[in-house]
Amino acid sequence: MSKIFQHLVSSAVPVPIENIDTDQIIPARFLKATTREGFGENLFRDWRFESDNTPKADFVLNNPVYSGKVLVAGKNFGCGSSREHAAWAIADYGFKVVVSSFFADIFKNNALNNFILPITVSEGFLDKIFSAIEKDPKAELEVDLEGQYIKIKATGEQESFDINPYKKTCLLNGYDDIDYLLSLREEIGKYEESRPFNF
Amino acid sequence: MGKTLFDKIWDSHIVMSKPGHPDAVYINTHFIHEVTSPQAFDGLRKRGIPVFRPAKTRATADHNVPTMDQHLPIKEALSRLQVEMLTKNTAEFGVELYGLGHPYQGIVHVIGPELGITLPGMTIVCGDSHTSTHGAFGAVAFGIGTSEVEQVLATQCILQYKPKRMKIEVNGTLKNGVLSKDIILYIISKISASGATGYFVEYAGEAIRNLSMEARMTICNMSIEMGARGGMIAPDEVTFDYIKGREFAPKGAEWDKALEYWKTLFSDADARFDQVLTFDAADIEPQITYGTNPGMGMGISQHIPALDQLDEKERPSFKKSLDYMDLQPGAALLGKKIDYVFIGSCTNSRIEDLRLVADFVKGKQKAEDVVVWIVPGSKQVEAQAIAEGLDKVLTAAGFQLREPGCSACLGMNEDKVPAGMYCISTSNRNFEGRQGPNARTFLASPLTAAAAAITGRVTDVRELV
Repeated sequence: MSKIFQHLVSSAVPVPIENIDTDQIIPARFLKATTREGFGENLFRDWRFESDNTPKADFVLNNPVYSGKVLVAGKNFGCGSSREHAAWAIADYGFKVVVSSFFADIFKNNALNNFILPITVSEGFLDKIFSAIEKDPKAELEVDLEGQYIKIKATGEQESFDINPYKKTCLLNGYDDIDYLLSLREEIGKYEESRPFNF
Repeated sequence: MGKTLFDKIWDSHIVMSKPGHPDAVYINTHFIHEVTSPQAFDGLRKRGIPVFRPAKTRATADHNVPTMDQHLPIKEALSRLQVEMLTKNTAEFGVELYGLGHPYQGIVHVIGPELGITLPGMTIVCGDSHTSTHGAFGAVAFGIGTSEVEQVLATQCILQYKPKRMKIEVNGTLKNGVLSKDIILYIISKISASGATGYFVEYAGEAIRNLSMEARMTICNMSIEMGARGGMIAPDEVTFDYIKGREFAPKGAEWDKALEYWKTLFSDADARFDQVLTFDAADIEPQITYGTNPGMGMGISQHIPALDQLDEKERPSFKKSLDYMDLQPGAALLGKKIDYVFIGSCTNSRIEDLRLVADFVKGKQKAEDVVVWIVPGSKQVEAQAIAEGLDKVLTAAGFQLREPGCSACLGMNEDKVPAGMYCISTSNRNFEGRQGPNARTFLASPLTAAAAAITGRVTDVRELV
């Protein structure tokens, strides 16, 4: 897994469903692994495969027409369980960016901690992306983190997105939160001494 | 200007706040379990660092454990491995474990409060979204991912942006047969599964004040189901009475000092919330969900929305959800035949829930073709239920009283609802496949679940109490 994200041009995989919860992204029965690898094969498991493991032809990941490093989904993506396995599954499958008009908070943190960029766009722009992909499944999106914009290449339409400056720096350079927190150990010790209670 | 309860606690836990950076927030108590911790311990090993404050983390095994024959080795190899890994990791890093066979073992959000580990004014995190449960004590408690579990193990701190503040007031008095579970299902159905995303919620108002601690925990537990970062209730005499004398609660002079502080934990009269919602308890009837997210709920006597009542944009996802449930838009659920009843989970598996259910089913029999699982939240709840003779009442009614764990809430162990079957469940999520591949879930209160167990159908419990 690359820890750096800067710029990407890629076709996208559309899942135009709202309220996709992390149980759909990776069902609980696949959370028994003790490493971070290999979750991609069970990404969207029950939407992707029948109970006898045959692929469901109508699900987008089983349609060879769609591919790319960008996942585009309906609003409130990643709600429900805090399982970081959902972000691991998305990263392990090969996605670098998830685009939606609304993300659940915990998923957004988990994605960023795994160097996946969650991009929140307006409902209108999300619709434009979906229609661009409907017109041409190979339609490319351009994502630029430094400039904070996402562009539909074919039409040139673009929208800027928000990301907090700290997380932007982390992604651009591959830093993680623990590096930063470990640098604060002295301050943490001082804080502990200042607390009036032993809890 | 005054401060909200949330701000008082958050602000007093900031170790470092820099412009453009998230706050480094000190964590008083960290709970871990077998599913979301192995990769975090691995991370520490890779960095070659210890757990920074091992005494501030407590572990239990709950998500994966069987609810039958817990004294025997776990049959399923991957579950066994994960539970063994927790034992190994906690031993290696010096973290206290209440594992299988320990008298304190149980669902992490049940044992923290009952052991007096969860206290007002604390910051509490756990790699589980229902950590919001602990907010019932006036703590800032929220769920985190595994990378964040690693942060807390490594530094006892977490990096977080301060969420916005929402107050939800529930005024008035609850009607007969309506429980705290109905309050929270009602609120979520009104504001949707994403209605509180970005917010930390404080619940207030007469109807909340009048609830027991167990009932308050049920409300805070489901805060995440409307997207909230967490939910909390200002501590009061009900809170202090619950905590006093518990195993790890402060004692003697420590108690007096703590109590003095806890009494300052409330939102000041002039505190500003980013959003305030108000509901009337008298409007709430027993609730049930019909769809595949907790926002798709309604009063039990109501009908599922018809397609023309919805925005055109919402219809495809709504239709997909009802197809999964094999239900029709506009239909009623009363009288719908059910196959399974699950009473348990971190939402409703405490002693008060078991008492309520036992009291209701005493002298009654479950419907013949319904399977009823009742899973206590902890070994202590189980022991208490047996001491009170609730086990005999429940067994006589044909309910299977099982051993503690998360069980059929998420079906990581054998407790799965078979494909296509309907389960009325006191748990917190009705997502597709949550209780087993293609299982169909109706979320409801313990009373509504117990009523369905007796009649075999979705039932308005008010007709039976």
